[in-house]
Amino acid sequence: MTAGLILFFVLAAVAVGGAVALIAARHPIHSALALIVVMVALAGLYLLQGADFIAAVQIIVYGGAIMVLFVFVIMLLNAGVEERTNFSRMAPYVGLPLGIFLLLELAYWVWRAPAISRTGPAGPVDTKALANMLFNQYVFPFELTSLLILIAILGAIVLAKRES
Amino acid sequence: MVPSSYYLVLGAVLFGLGVIGFVVKRNIITIFMAIELMLNAVNLAFVTASRASGQLDGLVYVFFVIVVAAAEAAVGLAIIILVARNRQTLNVEHLDLLKN
Amino acid sequence: MSDFLARHALLSVSIVKIVVLMFLMMTTLAYLSWFERKVIAHIQARWGPYRVGPHGLLQPLADGIKFLFKEDVTPSGVDLFVYYLAPFLAMALALTSIAVIPFGPGKFTLFGYTTGLQVAELDIGLLFLFAITALGVYGVALAGWSSNSKYSLLGGLRSSAQMVSYELSLTMSVVGVLLMAGSFNLKEIIEAQSGTALHCLPRWNLLAAPMPQVIGFFCYFTSAIAETNRLPFDLPEAEGELVAGYHTEYASFKFAMFFMGEYANMVTVSCLATILFFGGWLSPFPQTPLFGWTHFLPAVFFGLGGLWLLQDGLRKNTGYKRIVLTILALVLFALAFVFFRPESRAFELVQGPFWFLLKVFLFLFFYVWVRGTLPRFRYDQLMAFGWKLLLPASILNVILTSLAIAMRPK
Repeated sequence: MTAGLILFFVLAAVAVGGAVALIAARHPIHSALALIVVMVALAGLYLLQGADFIAAVQIIVYGGAIMVLFVFVIMLLNAGVEERTNFSRMAPYVGLPLGIFLLLELAYWVWRAPAISRTGPAGPVDTKALANMLFNQYVFPFELTSLLILIAILGAIVLAKRES
Repeated sequence: MVPSSYYLVLGAVLFGLGVIGFVVKRNIITIFMAIELMLNAVNLAFVTASRASGQLDGLVYVFFVIVVAAAEAAVGLAIIILVARNRQTLNVEHLDLLKN
Repeated sequence: MSDFLARHALLSVSIVKIVVLMFLMMTTLAYLSWFERKVIAHIQARWGPYRVGPHGLLQPLADGIKFLFKEDVTPSGVDLFVYYLAPFLAMALALTSIAVIPFGPGKFTLFGYTTGLQVAELDIGLLFLFAITALGVYGVALAGWSSNSKYSLLGGLRSSAQMVSYELSLTMSVVGVLLMAGSFNLKEIIEAQSGTALHCLPRWNLLAAPMPQVIGFFCYFTSAIAETNRLPFDLPEAEGELVAGYHTEYASFKFAMFFMGEYANMVTVSCLATILFFGGWLSPFPQTPLFGWTHFLPAVFFGLGGLWLLQDGLRKNTGYKRIVLTILALVLFALAFVFFRPESRAFELVQGPFWFLLKVFLFLFFYVWVRGTLPRFRYDQLMAFGWKLLLPASILNVILTSLAIAMRPK
């Protein structure tokens, strides 16, 4: 039971607990907070594997920007607790077990996959090498995503503007 | 060290929970958050595969997934604001104008 | 017991460092509030707290006791989980960011484990600090929303929109320093600024060789003042506007946690400003034998401080004020004596932290000075300033720095 294994199980438990809280929460703001917990736990898991730059980017972009956007929208729209619905009586009794079965089956086949049970290289990722790859090999997708973000900003502003 | 299959199983579990959340919940913002959970599970699989094989390409893909998820969240939330403003509801069961 | 500690050396040394740092941080935060009240009072031509203890030095203690014993009112209709989470989040995040700040270059050995003067040395130390800053928006947004009050909601939304906007120019203004230092590791950034230019001037990033980071520093410090919600950018939490903004509905101890979280953010931002632009723990004097006498400056500083406290204490008229000040003076004399002998370990260990803390103190004084002097921005002026002036200026800084580095002759 090395420290790495203990840390993995703690972070995995936090991540799964956050995901279950996301589903079980009745108010969207609690779901948003649970998702932030999942993202921070995943950042911890990336750190455990040595990808520290990706962990920092995950917290800064996902946790510090995207989820702030979600929280703002929930606050602005004044989203309340979810109301009871009479859509389908059978849904929780058939749907939920089927969903959990899907989950377990995915996990089983991933566990059985032979070629990826290695432990991989130890030590942190060299940020310089990652940056080299990003700016030399993947420079075209990089510029394309910056254009994509620009279009998204313009689109969001145009969509959400009030007609005056 | 932690074997890679542990991380992949965790990714599968999180993805499954995201699917369950997407199907079960009725608030449109919560459904969107379940989509983000699925994207995060996929990111975990990418990082694990990248570290297991020693190539850095997986991390570059993670970077792009995060960026595209940010753009998608911005536009998606703008659409949600429009929907809430026009239909005064956030419950997907009441957004059924195309039905029948 | 000591064998157990030696086997788990990393854990036990980290715990010792965390406990010492927490104790020092909490004392610093309490006395920062005293310092702010005194300085603002003197700027406004009045005395600050002066009744509770000599020079009002026991005022933070009185405030702490007051916060602990006040009635804890929870308004009705609040979302209890989020309401209690928000101040805790604000303070926890603010205190976490102190963990990666290096206070000095020296190394010391405890339980057989040699470690530097910081709790955690991260290779991505600067990115970690930005991540914590990015998460700091939640404390404010959730506090404003969960209070079930219009003033709090508006204040929280405005304040978090302000923090998110100024976060952009905060991170962009630092990219110039990153380009020049080539690393996210805070220790390496400081060490890239060591040495001298023209044999006598320090090579701090403010005026360093390829591109002096003056624009970067001004953008950084202005964004930092806006990011920590201090005057002149504190419209969302000012008295008289929106009642008190996002912490209107928070009673005694929770308000104290917001308050201390704000001061901790100030301290972190000042530490980061000294590390990135003013050379961190590097002395302004060149490290040549000619300037060897500057190594005695910490001892001289403490000695002079002790002398001043002594003569001030002896002139007081009440007994207990004389005793308190004399004891403080004796403590300072003891410190001065410890740092005076060149062959002791403490002598070389104290050089780095002394200069670092001196510079941080100057930045905190500047923060308080600005608060006492400038008027408040209006909200639309604030947002226009952040988006239309600071962000283009910091992007310009990045462009100029990259040009300067690329055109440097190899």
